[in-house]
Amino acid sequence: MSNKRSINVALVGNPNTGKTSLFNQLTGLTQKVGNYPGVTVDKKEGVTNLSEDYKAVITDLPGTYSINPTSADETIVLRTLLNSRYDKTPDVLVVVADVENLKRNLLLFTQIKDLEIPTVLVINMADQMKRKGITVDLAVLQQELGNEVVLISARKDSSVRPVKEAIVAAFESGEASPLCEITKRIDASYFEELKQLNPKYPLYELWLMITQDIFPKDITEEDKEEVLNFKNNSKDLKKYQQKETILRYQKINQILKKVYHVDRSKATDLRARLDKIFTHKIFGYILFFGILLLIFQSIFEWATVPMDFIDATFASFSDFIKSNMGEGVLRDLITDGIIPGIGGVVIFIPQIAILFMFIAILEETGYMSRAVFLMDKIMRKFGMSGKSIIPLISGTACAIPAVMATRNISGWKERLVTILVTPFITCSARLPVYAILIALIIPNEKIFGFLSLQGFTLLCLYLLGFMTAIIAAIILHKTLKIKSNSLFVVEMPNYKLPSAKNVILDVVEKTKTFVFDAGKIILAISIVLWFLASNGPQSFQDAEKNVIENVSGQELSQDEIDQMIASARLENSYIGIMGKTVEPVIEPLGYDWKIGIALISSFAAREVFVGTLATIYSVESDDEDTTTIKERMASEMNPTTGKPRFNFPVGMSLLVFYAFAMQCMATLAIVKRETKTWKWPLIQLFGMGFLAYISSFIVYQILS
Amino acid sequence: MFLTTIASLHIGELGYIAEDSSDSIPLKLLEMGCLPGAEVELIQIAPLNDPLYICVNGSHLAIRKETAANIQIIKAEE
Repeated sequence: MSNKRSINVALVGNPNTGKTSLFNQLTGLTQKVGNYPGVTVDKKEGVTNLSEDYKAVITDLPGTYSINPTSADETIVLRTLLNSRYDKTPDVLVVVADVENLKRNLLLFTQIKDLEIPTVLVINMADQMKRKGITVDLAVLQQELGNEVVLISARKDSSVRPVKEAIVAAFESGEASPLCEITKRIDASYFEELKQLNPKYPLYELWLMITQDIFPKDITEEDKEEVLNFKNNSKDLKKYQQKETILRYQKINQILKKVYHVDRSKATDLRARLDKIFTHKIFGYILFFGILLLIFQSIFEWATVPMDFIDATFASFSDFIKSNMGEGVLRDLITDGIIPGIGGVVIFIPQIAILFMFIAILEETGYMSRAVFLMDKIMRKFGMSGKSIIPLISGTACAIPAVMATRNISGWKERLVTILVTPFITCSARLPVYAILIALIIPNEKIFGFLSLQGFTLLCLYLLGFMTAIIAAIILHKTLKIKSNSLFVVEMPNYKLPSAKNVILDVVEKTKTFVFDAGKIILAISIVLWFLASNGPQSFQDAEKNVIENVSGQELSQDEIDQMIASARLENSYIGIMGKTVEPVIEPLGYDWKIGIALISSFAAREVFVGTLATIYSVESDDEDTTTIKERMASEMNPTTGKPRFNFPVGMSLLVFYAFAMQCMATLAIVKRETKTWKWPLIQLFGMGFLAYISSFIVYQILS
Repeated sequence: MFLTTIASLHIGELGYIAEDSSDSIPLKLLEMGCLPGAEVELIQIAPLNDPLYICVNGSHLAIRKETAANIQIIKAEE
């Protein structure tokens, strides 16, 4: 359609510089999250029109302080940059810097510049300069750096135009000379030799291959061999790297002396005053736990309103289809398979969105770093790091992003322990299971006059998950013999008001990914379940005939006979046979074969439990009017006792089972990718499964 | 003037990173501005006496006590 030329642009920068704000301004809702091949780091991409002649595909790289990586996140940046000259690669790099920390931000810029790729330096948060008493002489800075420099306030829409113009200018000029080839000033003869080794690559790129062992993907074997040989004959690499950093800072200081001035008398100490409260020995903790309580309160209370609405909507939608579509296989598939299945996912969008919103706000405001600071010493006692607090909090939404959030924990042991215990944290997929079981077995009463007994039970389940995670961490900490020396450095960014646009985009994108990923699995399982429940071997075909023969002569209404036929058919369907097969194993836990079916399908994803029971009971009931899932479960009887199937012991046993069991294939897959072996996910699957079985067994046997 | 480490600073106290100490500072900290000659201020100590919240060369960082104890600084007499 358009004959604009498309160029690839990558955004690079320190964390907390507003890089994502700029990315959101440039790309808006065109952004997509994909994966880098082989790793699970999110790759955010979006498209924007640069000018009449150009459009750009913009990639938002993870935040990093330097291109010498110390974590999985930062390695992505270096890999992208080193592969840069080939196929789909950045034509222009945009380095985003924060005006207040310009000195430190320029370190990354000088490294990037030496890679000899056209670069634009964007200095962000210009709106803060006046308040902080900062002045920058842009013209001189531009001249000293020999590079396009743009000063912007990324949260304002007006910031976009000058950045786009600078990108086009940098691309058209192709100017890509290194800033000063600082490496040559460390040891001139060594680096001259290195440069001669392979003139195809910029000197700094060769130096990175030597220090980081990361190579461009199209490097020839001979070239790689040569570089590795050179490396083996090199001494003092570490010393050279230290010297390099010091030299870079010297150069930066020289430049900044000319162009960057801070009038300290104008600076306000808002940050210091807020830090006094947020990192206070007592108030710091009170605030931290207060925030956690607020998050949980909002999930339990506020989210129930939209959730009830969604539940009712799906039930009436199913009704509507039932009464307006001709009878047949397709109608049954839609009303008994697809609609309950999709309803099972959609219902917890409110909870997920609220959780993601809180996490986004905590990150945006800069509070998360304070929480990390407060919790580090405590978490270390459990073999984790202060940074583990972010995955553990995210784990209340979903273990998948939580496991991915462990990437910035630099110590391998700390990271592994965090990954292994995160699935114990009550994720939102457990919530629909908990919610429906609690509603069935716990009376809707108040204790002490104000505390909802149901809410209190839910809180206890969260605590159970959290305590188990801590105990598991202590055990792993004591048993895992992994040496890892981790350097803990956390930047304490300035406090900022969260930007609504950033928070909303973050929540929309994460919720969307989650719902579509989970939705695909659940939809597929619903259809498979429905198929397995509506088909079967010969005994399934004979079910109707057998029932009619058995009841002949008895005084039964047509409704009762239909009900018996439906039950007999389900029992003899493929899924019924599967449930019956596992029944002996789960009987000691108080479950029948129908719950067994729900357990089997839950291994794909926990939230399938509710949908599965809904599908099974609606296939069985064959009612014309659709009741809600809860009503169906409440009316399910245990044929041997004649009492409700979901009584107190069974309900408690199921709650404990779902609290402990590792029933999430997606999490197992992510853990495999992050730990690069099946060993750890298998340990999770069997360890947690064993714990779940034993605990449910004990709970059921004691209570019944 | 005497030689000590960041770990022994009290809240609000200043020091200067010793000139010949770059070998004992991890590269990552150097890159974040923890350079020989730079001014360090201890801003806050976490509740269980670890980690430390410092401001060095304009960067606000939290580091663990074990790391801080390896970084030599020059401090003015009290």
